[in-house]
Amino acid sequence: MNNIPQNVSPNASFAVTNPLLPLRAEDLSYAPDGLALLDKVSLQIAEGGISMILGPNGAGKSILMRILHGLIPASAGTVSWRGQTANREIRKRQAMVFQKPVLLRRSVTANLDHALNAAGVPRADRNRRATEALKEAGIAHLAARPARVLSGGEQQRLALARALSLQPDVLFLDEPTASLDPASTAAIEALVLAAERRGCKIVMISHDIHQARRLASEIIFMDRGRIAEQSAAAFFEAPSSAAARDYLAGRLHLPDGA
Amino acid sequence: MQDFAESFSLAFRLILSADADLAEIVLLSLKVSLSATLCACMIGMSLGAAIAIFRFPGRGVLLVLTNALMGLPPVVVGLAIYMLLSNAGPFGTFQLLYSPTAMIIAQTVLVTPIATALTRQVIADLHTEYDEQLRSLALGPFATLTTLLWDGRFSLITVALAGFGRAVAEVGAVIIVGGNINHVTRVMTTAIALETSKGDLALALALGLILIGISISVNAALMALKGTARRFAYE
Repeated sequence: MNNIPQNVSPNASFAVTNPLLPLRAEDLSYAPDGLALLDKVSLQIAEGGISMILGPNGAGKSILMRILHGLIPASAGTVSWRGQTANREIRKRQAMVFQKPVLLRRSVTANLDHALNAAGVPRADRNRRATEALKEAGIAHLAARPARVLSGGEQQRLALARALSLQPDVLFLDEPTASLDPASTAAIEALVLAAERRGCKIVMISHDIHQARRLASEIIFMDRGRIAEQSAAAFFEAPSSAAARDYLAGRLHLPDGA
Repeated sequence: MQDFAESFSLAFRLILSADADLAEIVLLSLKVSLSATLCACMIGMSLGAAIAIFRFPGRGVLLVLTNALMGLPPVVVGLAIYMLLSNAGPFGTFQLLYSPTAMIIAQTVLVTPIATALTRQVIADLHTEYDEQLRSLALGPFATLTTLLWDGRFSLITVALAGFGRAVAEVGAVIIVGGNINHVTRVMTTAIALETSKGDLALALALGLILIGISISVNAALMALKGTARRFAYE
């Protein structure tokens, strides 16, 4: 039984039409130096809910996310947002949080201000939006502190607050809780769920199956540069691919060539 | 040994009495070297940052050239500037030879490669770290450049101080283009060379002590700055 809270079900609380979605990727390949890390991946991500990308290390999850977000170009294939090729405006309606938060050598508030300024938010609104985002992340009391002296959990909350202050339509999260303790993980998950409830589409990578069970409304399971299956959260009860069944059962396979 | 002690004593007396000639030389040195450092940093930091983050034809050549020019011999620079600024040179009409401006130009040429190469390294390291985040924010090239320069500010101040150290201690270029003219282009290093050759060791030593004092102050400032940057994790 999937234990996703009722209020995060993709269609239950979602009322706003997301202007960027559906996101469609067709035949995406990524093969730097001839090494195929992504092999003709096609998928569609619809609005609402949290799409969780699962899969073993080296499956191509982070590469797929970076291509979707426009950080690296695909060797072949196309990505479209509601039928449109990505442009600067579309990029500005997305945000991404990385596994290791990249924080500027500035104060907590200045980190948010920089991002809001880059997004073209008028100076008069920046302070208000930064304060709101920090309050929601529970780190308003750290506003004046240098960002890089915060603890790992606080840094990740700041990175998420910065991303959410941009009010993105799509938020990419690359293992945002990978190295965090349970309390920090819970704080991050609460923020993610709140953003999802506001209509922000979440596309998230995780290695934590329990977290995926808690949050996901859709699973995209990747293996060896391909999508092995894309299904609703019922995935956990009846995975259709052998790779996913092995992954969920904890059966270990050595990588090719090991 | 007695001469040495006497020179030291005279040097301290000159410093403590704030001797007018001494003060004039020190102030001109600071004015020339600070101006040259400022000019070199404006050129070198922009160029270094651009080389670090942009890809353009000739970038590799520029990179090799910049690194090679870090060890530029001052007398060669002095000679080249002399030829450019002399009456027969292309910039002779400006009548800049034997003026503090000529000295600033020479020192700028000497310090610019240092500022460029060190800045490139600082910004390249920072760019590697920030690249995905800044691209995720869809930042344009200019905004990327200014973000990196601002976030590298503590390291770049170190670059500026290293450049100033090179400029203020330099003698070969400024003596050629400045001519070491009393009350006009005489700076600490050229005065030390002159007074030593004349046998006036006291003034030479006083200037030497001030030069060392400036060097120690610059390094102390550098360490204090690094300490502050480290405390705030801004380094």
